[in-house]
Amino acid sequence: MKTAKPKRPHGRFAAMCLLLLMLAAPPAWSATLFVTNERGNTVTVLDSNTLKTIKTIPTGQRPRGVVASPDGKWVYVCVGDSNRIDVIEVAKLAVTRTLPSGADPELLALSNDGSRVYIANEDNSQVTVLEAMTGKVLAQIPVGSEPEGMRVSPDNQITVATSEGSSLVHFIDNKTLKLVATVLVGARPRVATFTPDGRYVWASSEVGGTVSVIDGLTHQVVQTINFAIPGMRAEFIQPVDIVMSKDGSQAFIALGPANHVAVVDTKTYKVSDYIVVGQRPWHMALSPDGSKLYVVNGFTNDVTVVDTKSLKPEVSVNVGRLPWGIAVVP
Amino acid sequence: MRRRIAIIIAAVLASALAAAGSAAPVSKPASKQANKPAASSEAKSNEFVTHYAYLGKAYREPAPLSLLKPAVIPDEGLAGVRLGTNYNNQAGKFLDLKYVLDETMLPEDGDVVAAAKKLLAAGEHLIIADLKAPDLLAVADLPEAKNAIILNIRARDDVLRQTQCRVDVFHLIPSNAMLTDALAQYLVWKKWTRWFLVRGQHPEDVEYANDITRSAELYGAKIVAERAYELQTGARRVDTGYQEIQTQMPMLTRGVPDYDVAFVADETNSFGLYLQYRTTDPRPVVGTDGLEATAWGAAYESYAAETLHDDFLKLANREITVRDYEGWLAASLLEMAVKQGSARNVDAIRKYISADSLKLAGYKGESMNFRAWDNQLRQPILLMDQLSLVSVSPQPGFLHPVYNTDTLGVDQPQSQCKFAK
Repeated sequence: MKTAKPKRPHGRFAAMCLLLLMLAAPPAWSATLFVTNERGNTVTVLDSNTLKTIKTIPTGQRPRGVVASPDGKWVYVCVGDSNRIDVIEVAKLAVTRTLPSGADPELLALSNDGSRVYIANEDNSQVTVLEAMTGKVLAQIPVGSEPEGMRVSPDNQITVATSEGSSLVHFIDNKTLKLVATVLVGARPRVATFTPDGRYVWASSEVGGTVSVIDGLTHQVVQTINFAIPGMRAEFIQPVDIVMSKDGSQAFIALGPANHVAVVDTKTYKVSDYIVVGQRPWHMALSPDGSKLYVVNGFTNDVTVVDTKSLKPEVSVNVGRLPWGIAVVP
Repeated sequence: MRRRIAIIIAAVLASALAAAGSAAPVSKPASKQANKPAASSEAKSNEFVTHYAYLGKAYREPAPLSLLKPAVIPDEGLAGVRLGTNYNNQAGKFLDLKYVLDETMLPEDGDVVAAAKKLLAAGEHLIIADLKAPDLLAVADLPEAKNAIILNIRARDDVLRQTQCRVDVFHLIPSNAMLTDALAQYLVWKKWTRWFLVRGQHPEDVEYANDITRSAELYGAKIVAERAYELQTGARRVDTGYQEIQTQMPMLTRGVPDYDVAFVADETNSFGLYLQYRTTDPRPVVGTDGLEATAWGAAYESYAAETLHDDFLKLANREITVRDYEGWLAASLLEMAVKQGSARNVDAIRKYISADSLKLAGYKGESMNFRAWDNQLRQPILLMDQLSLVSVSPQPGFLHPVYNTDTLGVDQPQSQCKFAK
């Protein structure tokens, strides 16, 4: 609809034609969305065009962290209470293999070539590194307590892991599989992610209510971003997932029980907008072209689709019980 | 030899600290180290060491009526502080910070004041107090404790937050008033507003009953009848004892005007557990038994709480209790102040933990800080039975202009606490 506005002089007929054209023309992309349902012990598979459930895949107990392999063939799901990773074969939409993960895996990250899996063992204060296809354990790296957030740098050299209990962000050298730096951030960091240029790491502190921006070269916190929503109590603003826009100009930050997603300018570190979504948004993902942001709302059992240009929520679709994470396969 | 020198330095330092007052550093070549086994536990050169003390006493307490609960837990409270200290050191090893817990567990007839004096003289200004109210006040009122920080993990007495409040005592454990308000909100939300109050005869039971009455007035519930259970507690194991109870409890609850819940105040484990399923009218039991308001419970698992249960079980080989949780939280609070605060002396720690900007995490979802008017930690309160979480208060719709959690317990306008300057 955004294109219809400047063309108003053409009148109603033109608008009708445009509408018909929009209905007829399929979007330039389509994707499959995989949403983990923590309570339901399932993964809901949605078609991005129709936003209809294609399939509900049963998994192990307590599916949370989920990522897709770069080639789009596999979706890795942490099933914490089953102490393993369930691997969904995208072509079959079924769990066709499992990987040993170490105790209570919560979140995971893949190397950029998909060959390695980095897993946060929440209950065991370590990061487990596996070969993705064989499940061979390459390393178990001790970190602070309750590790959670995991992300691999765009150049594949570094993996960051947060430890919620210790309020730390660890930098792991992917060659040596050893810690190279540890940075103190606000209380209970849940997610750390790289800017698209790989220079900075943004880490969300759920209970601290802030996002820390860490310089990846100096390992110093260079910015601390605060949030304030009119009428919302500070203690309910609990940042969790951070997703960078495709061009890296904006960061989207899910604020949990504040029921909003914050939009932050990555140059000025100013919050430019707060988008209303469902209840308790935690994890999010972008569509392949970056035009849509999918926000998973834990308490309302749905996914809100946000247009990343207009920054407006468009629609919410039901998924399973207590949805947690999301992965997008182009 | 070197160790002996350290002790002498510590003694000199301790007297210097006493003179210097509140700017006392929390890092010191501790005299306590003298009885630690290995020199290898000494600080590395660039490591900052924080000492804090646990001070507890093995009070004689009635055993829980349920045979599934241990009669005595010798390390209750302390085990939580130990776990917290393990966590602190786990984070600390990445930040060149080290935490040393100095444990003092007194026997039933132990002299708390003497023990506290000894700790304070040794420069221990951070004290996690697992003490009942009279002992807690005796420690807090010591002249030597003037600049100490005392973290109360045990005493729920309202008076400690009211006329007997102390500026250096911070209450991590919720007050009784907070607990009965938490239950009251839920009962009002359920529209179960006719309460039958059944209490024991001990002073603690009477205090809890007073809080129930206060909550009823505050939230518009009605106490339709109040009765005291007069029999003495017997042995918890008696052959065919259930028969006696089966006839006793209906007698206690007979002829009461119609009510929605039996609200029981039995702080001393005399009879509360026996009310359930045995009242004359079929009514749920809430209070110190049945549906309980508490800061922690073994069946609570939200917000990653399971990690704490698992780690505690590995450490102590038993279920975690409220006092253990508060002990863990106290250690966690001190670590946060040292790690995140601007300076690492007692004054800076006090400033950090007293600030409204404190964001303490306690597996309750939201951040927590202290009420400036009585040093009580604001916190959501769990409503649990033995096996599950039923709800968390404050309940939806119970709002407060500043913090919704301030709907629980005595709010600032009603507070009788006046901190001596």
